[in-house]
Amino acid sequence: MLISPDSSAPYRDAASMRGLLQRIEAAVTRPWNIMEVCGGQTFTLTRYRLEELLPSEVKMLHGPGCPVCVTPAEVIDTAISIASRKEVILCSFGDMLRVPGTDGSLLRAKAAGADVRLLYSPVDAIKIARENPGREVVFLAIGFETTMPSYAVMVEKAAEAGIGNLSLLTSLYTVPAAVRAIKKDPDSRVDALLAAGHVCAVTGTAPYKALAAQLNMPVVVTGFEPADMLLGILRAVEMLERGESACVNAYRRVVKEEGNRVAQEAVSRVFSQAPAHWRGIGTIEGSGMVLRPGYEHFDARRRWKDVKPAVCLAESSPCIAGRIMRGLANPSDCVSFGCGCTPDNPLGAPMVSAEGVCAAHYRYR
Amino acid sequence: MTPTCPIPDRITDRIELAHGSGGSMTSRLIERIFRPRFGNSLLDRGLDSAILPPSGERMAFTTDTFVVSPLFFPGGNIGDLAVNGTVNDLLSVGATPRYISVGFVIEEGLPIADLKQIADSMAAAAREAEVEIVTGDTKVVEHGKCDGIYINTAGIGILPPSLDLDPDNIRPDDVIIITGPIASHGMAVMSQREQLGFSSAIESDTASLGDIVHALLSVAPGLRVLRDPTRGGLAGTLCEFAAASGVNIEIVEDAIPINPRVSSACELLGLDPLHVANEGIMVAVVPPAEAEAALAAVRRSAHGADGAIIGKACAPDPEGGRVWLRLPLGNRRLIEPLAGDQLPRIC
Repeated sequence: MLISPDSSAPYRDAASMRGLLQRIEAAVTRPWNIMEVCGGQTFTLTRYRLEELLPSEVKMLHGPGCPVCVTPAEVIDTAISIASRKEVILCSFGDMLRVPGTDGSLLRAKAAGADVRLLYSPVDAIKIARENPGREVVFLAIGFETTMPSYAVMVEKAAEAGIGNLSLLTSLYTVPAAVRAIKKDPDSRVDALLAAGHVCAVTGTAPYKALAAQLNMPVVVTGFEPADMLLGILRAVEMLERGESACVNAYRRVVKEEGNRVAQEAVSRVFSQAPAHWRGIGTIEGSGMVLRPGYEHFDARRRWKDVKPAVCLAESSPCIAGRIMRGLANPSDCVSFGCGCTPDNPLGAPMVSAEGVCAAHYRYR
Repeated sequence: MTPTCPIPDRITDRIELAHGSGGSMTSRLIERIFRPRFGNSLLDRGLDSAILPPSGERMAFTTDTFVVSPLFFPGGNIGDLAVNGTVNDLLSVGATPRYISVGFVIEEGLPIADLKQIADSMAAAAREAEVEIVTGDTKVVEHGKCDGIYINTAGIGILPPSLDLDPDNIRPDDVIIITGPIASHGMAVMSQREQLGFSSAIESDTASLGDIVHALLSVAPGLRVLRDPTRGGLAGTLCEFAAASGVNIEIVEDAIPINPRVSSACELLGLDPLHVANEGIMVAVVPPAEAEAALAAVRRSAHGADGAIIGKACAPDPEGGRVWLRLPLGNRRLIEPLAGDQLPRIC
């Protein structure tokens, strides 16, 4: 066997996972609902089928943690309309290309002749812009706090180099404001929150300390390996059982209290807070980021203000993504799950990305 | 005044449209590049068809077309891939590969040096697999109409009289053997294509597997089925086996060999290694009594050192056979064939 010798091996060790499961079992006395808000964590839960190993009292709710899932159809429709212009090279990350807008996806636009390119790093778009001076490069910039620093670096580098043929179609989200909105919903079932470790590695733990105090709810900064997740769940259950509502860091090997200052500063130089529309959930005040004054000329919506999305109807009806992401329903509650809606033919965004809650549940059902 | 022929009498440093015209430049390309490398008594006759000697045995016949970007990747290039792929398809039914045809579609502008290197690799792969390239064709298309070079190969092999390898033969308790680490080819190509800059290169596993197949056939007369899990990966092949045989298959995650660098690269990109392409391994299903001998034979063979038993066939399933993965904590999950293309994730 050649699998093991990488650094994450200890956090996948079966014996330590079994030990953590026993400790959760011993700690829990009543039913608790714990929400994770990171697609990577949803993926780990389903990949290792951890939910079926947890005591029946502990239920996991899968929050709005996958950027592909929360990006509204209108953004995709706009991207498709912009991409269909001859002079445009539209760039984005891989799984974004398959997300359905109201009519078709970027992958389908590509098949129909649009110049749509898959990149691994936003900074690569600068190179494409340089190599294609007669054309307009548009980056579909979606994501959470983890991807924002690379967009900020790209914008600053492009500004410094005086690149004029590059712009961003942004759809950027910050997690804490969304969690606040979900928790304040009178129907909310969320008792505790697992904060996404990689997000906290950028932002630091301060926003989550504030969240725990404000919502009177335990928050555990949690990693992505199966043992990390079980440790996060254990810490959440312990606090719930004791009636505490603090923010604790169960991912110390990666997350530092202050986060990544350099990344935070880059983001705040380039972006500022704004209301944002979450697919299936609605508009949440202060939950998004847009380009700051001074960088507005990089805004694709300004540059292409005449380009309207080809279609922009109400969001597709059978998908219950919004209820799932607010913790009010599970993928299996959806009548389309696994019949009308599959990874081959996704009706809603959560069925698209490997980290989308529905795709993860379908794949690892 | 008679116009002079504009075709220069030289091999230029790049492929031109005239190289595919069927005229003198095509002849020169064949004479200077292909014949010295591929030459054998059947090809050298230069007829429109190769005339094969009678064999009196059952024959296996297969074809495959190779389209890969980049053309060169760590561990190989499109040339050895095109020979090994067709050789392995013949080996998968238990045939001994004999003859191969080669069709090139070349993009105008391809450096001749690249073509030479590709042809060198094809010749070396053919020698290693003991097959002869006996017929071929070359077409050149305009710049932009193809991605460097596409290669089609077809192959003929001879087959022992009673051998019948078919997933339909799989029975409960049969043992699943894999002959080497998974996902190396797909990740080698992807990391090269996207210039991901992993600190050390991941090499493709492209290889012809005659040695392993002959070893298996000699020690495991009850061999049920063999297949090279190329596109769609190990998951795709096992799902085909389960569907065709109607029995469930269970594999054990911790038993599946994978290079740690490949595994990390998959994780980084959010890809499931069970779905990633392989070009130098086989999946074999053998009766339980022959499993140990079969594994030992695989491990003694070229390209088989990391062979492993990864699981077994279970009970028939009235709803159709399915594939299950046993996880480290003892619970299990369903494995499905890949939907569409594997696309790297965003974060």
